[in-house]
Amino acid sequence: MIIGFYTIDNLVSFLLQADKTYCFVTLFLSENWYYQFPAKWGVQNDAMIFQTRSRFITEKRKVKSMNILVCIKQVPESNKVEVDPVTGVLKRNGADSKMNPYDLYAIETALRIKEQEGGSICVLTMGPVQAEKVIREAFAMGADRGILISDRKFGGADVLATSYTISQGIKSAGDFDLILCGKQTTDGDTAQVGPEISEWLNIPCVSNVSRIVELDGNSIAVEMDMTDDIEITKIQFPCLLAVDKDIFMPRLPSYVKKQETKDREITVINFSNLKDQDEHHYGLNGSPTQVQRIFPPEVNAHREMWSGTAEKLTGQLFHKLQELKFI
Amino acid sequence: MAKLVVNQKLVSSIQDMISLCPFGAMEEKNGELIINAACKMCRLCVKKGPKGAVEYVEEPRKIIDKDKWKGIAVYVDHIDGVMHPVTYELLGKAKELAAKINHPVYAVMMGSGITKQCHELLHYNVDKVFVYDHEKLARFIIESYTAAFEDFVGRIKPTAILVGATPVGRQLAPRLAARLQTGLTADCTVLDINENTDLVQIRPAFGGNIMAQILTPNHRPQMATVRYKVMDAPRRNQEELGKIVECTIAPEKLSTNVKVLDIIAKEKEQFIEASDVLVVAGRGVKKAEDLQMLKELADLLKGQLACTRPVMESGWLEAKRQVGLSGRTVRPKLMITCGVSGSVQFTAGMNHSEQIIAINKDENAPIFKTAHYGLVGDLYEIIPALINQIKERKGA
Repeated sequence: MIIGFYTIDNLVSFLLQADKTYCFVTLFLSENWYYQFPAKWGVQNDAMIFQTRSRFITEKRKVKSMNILVCIKQVPESNKVEVDPVTGVLKRNGADSKMNPYDLYAIETALRIKEQEGGSICVLTMGPVQAEKVIREAFAMGADRGILISDRKFGGADVLATSYTISQGIKSAGDFDLILCGKQTTDGDTAQVGPEISEWLNIPCVSNVSRIVELDGNSIAVEMDMTDDIEITKIQFPCLLAVDKDIFMPRLPSYVKKQETKDREITVINFSNLKDQDEHHYGLNGSPTQVQRIFPPEVNAHREMWSGTAEKLTGQLFHKLQELKFI
Repeated sequence: MAKLVVNQKLVSSIQDMISLCPFGAMEEKNGELIINAACKMCRLCVKKGPKGAVEYVEEPRKIIDKDKWKGIAVYVDHIDGVMHPVTYELLGKAKELAAKINHPVYAVMMGSGITKQCHELLHYNVDKVFVYDHEKLARFIIESYTAAFEDFVGRIKPTAILVGATPVGRQLAPRLAARLQTGLTADCTVLDINENTDLVQIRPAFGGNIMAQILTPNHRPQMATVRYKVMDAPRRNQEELGKIVECTIAPEKLSTNVKVLDIIAKEKEQFIEASDVLVVAGRGVKKAEDLQMLKELADLLKGQLACTRPVMESGWLEAKRQVGLSGRTVRPKLMITCGVSGSVQFTAGMNHSEQIIAINKDENAPIFKTAHYGLVGDLYEIIPALINQIKERKGA
């Protein structure tokens, strides 16, 4: 039976289980579907010929094993910092830290995709050695591999230098189909590092991803929350997505996984491992923005305090609302 | 190249130096003081440590020519020609900044079939509106929009670019900043400009606990995003001033691996940002049912009910009603907070409100530092009484 003529591009894994005469042919029909059948093979006029009598030509959905990278960050446990109004010095209470809560949603998204499509999840963070802790936490949730980008030379980096350093780290770590980030961090609050990484890697990026609509081996369709509207967008891999809070409920770290992975090695990338060896591109030197000064937030100067019985207060409030023309 | 150098001989006490660093970036190794990867180059150790113990060494940089960059540009945020109001607020701010340094104000708009709608911008003191009208720009796609924006910057060379911190702006601005390899400051609350055209950007940091003043001294253009309702909207001029400049870009520059399949309008709902009056429920509200009382007050004042983070987290109200840094930034004409203690994360999202009235039992609650009128009392006594008074008044 001849089912058609195909160029070699269509025939991919025929060598699997092939011997001198028989083999399995995999014939890709579209992005998502393929035929697989046993066939007899030979060479005629410099062309490979496959013959099959099989009635069991099966149509299967293509499953691509996804390579997913999740960018995470260690942030201070609390934002309780104060500026000494006289000296202008930053006072920080407590050195406790945790995983940026928004990153948990990105890790959970990666785990759901892996469960559906197969693949492997690598988590990456940039920070001091102590940031290893958040990688371990990601391992306990189910991540497979961890990378820590750490070097004193990266200190004082603003968004541009941070995103550049991370993109350099990603390039040296391998190829990824999908890069996931959280919405923003709780210490910087900028939500800018994700989109800037995508620019350095020259891949498309969608932020505010509130739902995954469809996923196949080549692309992903997502909903992007635009406040008044929802845009449904289809993006080809490789790409970067910044996911919203509540896209999936993050799972808790598992004790069993934590024990299993406690000796797992974490790849440490420092300045000497990066391709770009120009120190001007990293840390404070690679940062166009400079913090000139820090100061405590201003206190509203005009204020009146009212106290007394509830009756009196209610009366005062009522008159004030009238005076301000809200009643 | 700037770096920190430790002169071990001048370090009098290693422990003192270690405790000086707020980021834990100093440690002792083999009896010497070393700086580790936690260093944020804040240079506190240089300023506060023994003289010369830690030195900040810098070599001169190539200085850019700032005179080559002229004009303040505003990104026009719109969907199908319907402008996001943050655009006008930014145009107002841009005019104010531009007047100080005698620069023009530009608006840059991308989309498809918008040649008509862009005229509206001419009512807001814009010198030139640059319009990229192409079917490939019909919907926001990060790569195509960045390409058009890059084209604009290359052509016009504005000294500063202001972008609204909307879902689109928060993606487009960083992508463009990385392409232009320049600085970008997110969510600025105050903008000013120096004589040498350096944009003074002030933004909250550490969840609003401190404010940081940021400059982009040696890069152009300077970029900043600003949230909706942070700047004042200017008045609309009766007549059209300035002119429209139609721009073209090679279509292949707009190609992308992203396809917008559909755009669905969300159910029209009342957003707390759009409301002139907000009644905010805080932790002082004891149970979910009591919110009904606050809702009633909000209705009587033709406003909306909003809440703080703890109330949202207990599931009593939806996340979209939460005010604060992790919620929405609001700027109503009137806000009445009920049982809200007033954490900085909360006040950072509402301190631009015109009139803030706070009700709290604790006279030391930090909310009273932000409120214009502070009522030390029980909301469970005041609110029902107030509701009755308003009803009586309306009935009369």
